[in-house]
Amino acid sequence: MMELLQTLQQAGLELLGPAWLPIWTIVKIMVITVPIMLTVAYLTLAERKVIGYMQIRIGPNRVGPYGLLQPLADGAKLLFKEIIIPSGSNKFLFIAAPILGLAPALAAWAVMPFSEGMVLTNVNAGLLYILAMTSLSVYGIIIAGWASNSKYAFIGAVRSVAQIVSYEIAMGFALVCVLMASQSMNVGDIVRGQQGSLGMLNWYFIPLFPMFLVYLISGVAETNRAPFDMAEGESEIVAGFHVEYSGMAFAMFFLAEYANMILISFLTAIMFLGGWLSPVPFLPDSFIWLLAKASFFLFLFLWLRATFPRYRYDQLMRLGWKVFIPLTIVWVVVVAVWMQTTLWVW
Amino acid sequence: MNFETIMFYVFAALTIFAALRVITAHNPVHAVLFLVLAFISSAGIWILLEAEFLAITLVLVYVGAVMVLFLFVVMMLDINLVRLREGLWRWLPFGAALAGLMAFEMIWVLGSSGTSGGKVAIKHAADYSNTKELGRLIYTEYVYPFEIAAVLLLVAMVAAIALTLRRRKDAKSQVVAEQVAVKKADRLRIVKMQGESKESGK
Repeated sequence: MMELLQTLQQAGLELLGPAWLPIWTIVKIMVITVPIMLTVAYLTLAERKVIGYMQIRIGPNRVGPYGLLQPLADGAKLLFKEIIIPSGSNKFLFIAAPILGLAPALAAWAVMPFSEGMVLTNVNAGLLYILAMTSLSVYGIIIAGWASNSKYAFIGAVRSVAQIVSYEIAMGFALVCVLMASQSMNVGDIVRGQQGSLGMLNWYFIPLFPMFLVYLISGVAETNRAPFDMAEGESEIVAGFHVEYSGMAFAMFFLAEYANMILISFLTAIMFLGGWLSPVPFLPDSFIWLLAKASFFLFLFLWLRATFPRYRYDQLMRLGWKVFIPLTIVWVVVVAVWMQTTLWVW
Repeated sequence: MNFETIMFYVFAALTIFAALRVITAHNPVHAVLFLVLAFISSAGIWILLEAEFLAITLVLVYVGAVMVLFLFVVMMLDINLVRLREGLWRWLPFGAALAGLMAFEMIWVLGSSGTSGGKVAIKHAADYSNTKELGRLIYTEYVYPFEIAAVLLLVAMVAAIALTLRRRKDAKSQVVAEQVAVKKADRLRIVKMQGESKESGK
């Protein structure tokens, strides 16, 4: 496989010279983004199916066998719908907002290591880059809320921004613990730091267990998913920040939300559950493990949505500021002290 | 002209354009968004200088957190556009003089022969970690200035909280511990009732 790629690259270099590098990079970007988009499409189907079965329904089953063509039907429908631009809205920002929402969710994948050596760009400050990109996704929501010139949309945007900014701090501190444990900000090195003879006992979720939970829950809050979906809150503010959107512009918000879910699932798997490493020593490390771990977290997202009622807003803020942030700061100190002793074996 | 030089001019032009639009944009929300663009393009320039830690931190802290709160506040303010633009021509000479002075200073520092390293950015090997180098310097050579800056920020934070903290006597608040400690018996009374048949009702 690797040899085939090498020969392909060699041939391309001879054929096109310096123009080959951008083309080759674009091919690699497509190889990453196209499967993400397909996963997003089928994640929407999986969500409806999983929640359906959890509520003793069948879920979509009319389009194609077992409803497998449902995402395509949804996509076609949204594509042909008219995009309505509300009167008094800011036209440019109204159109730009969904793009600003989706772009960072995809840009963060640039430093994601899928397996040993399989990464688009090997950046030394990869973890920081991911944090920066996830913190940018809030712009899509806030601009959408403002540009729509609608009260519901604006309230949704304000709620969502307060929520995302609060939970980002806890998430950042949880990742500070990870980078202390791995002593590197390179995402590939973080996974390699969890390698060892004991399999899953070497992963960071054991010494950083509170941080693992904080990251997971903050991840749900960061992506505006139930039970933290205050930004949408159908029963209170109709649909929140995207209430005025229709057609493909609405679909972009949907894509962004699901792409962010997939991103958070992969990141949790990489930071705390050893990425592509095998959980038991006698099985080989492979990309399949990363997929399995991320899929579990994606299932968890759906499971949470089917199980828990929506949080009240003040409780959400209390959880973020009074529980998670103090907990993460304490754990940073605990890890720092722990690492100075001989009891630190990770 | 190599690729990096082209990128530098693109980023520099974007930064200057965005910075000018910050003060000339009619709508305050647009002005804030142009400020975001200015930050992002200056982060691009820093990336070209191989200062990836500073560049990404600029995006993370300023664009990801500070400007979001800025935008948040500006969107909710009721801003009178006419009054906002009144002082523009009055203060323009002052602002222009300040900008000219700053540009002169920068040219002076970069142009003087005493500046070590000259005008060319130092290239490093691929395994050189900007972050590690910065961390090492901050915690050894510059540890006192760093600590003083941290204390100053803490004082500013305490002051800001103290200024806005007004306790209203009549305000109602929740005690979460009490809410959590509530038992079923405190709230709910189950009344046992005798079952009645249909005929004997009425």
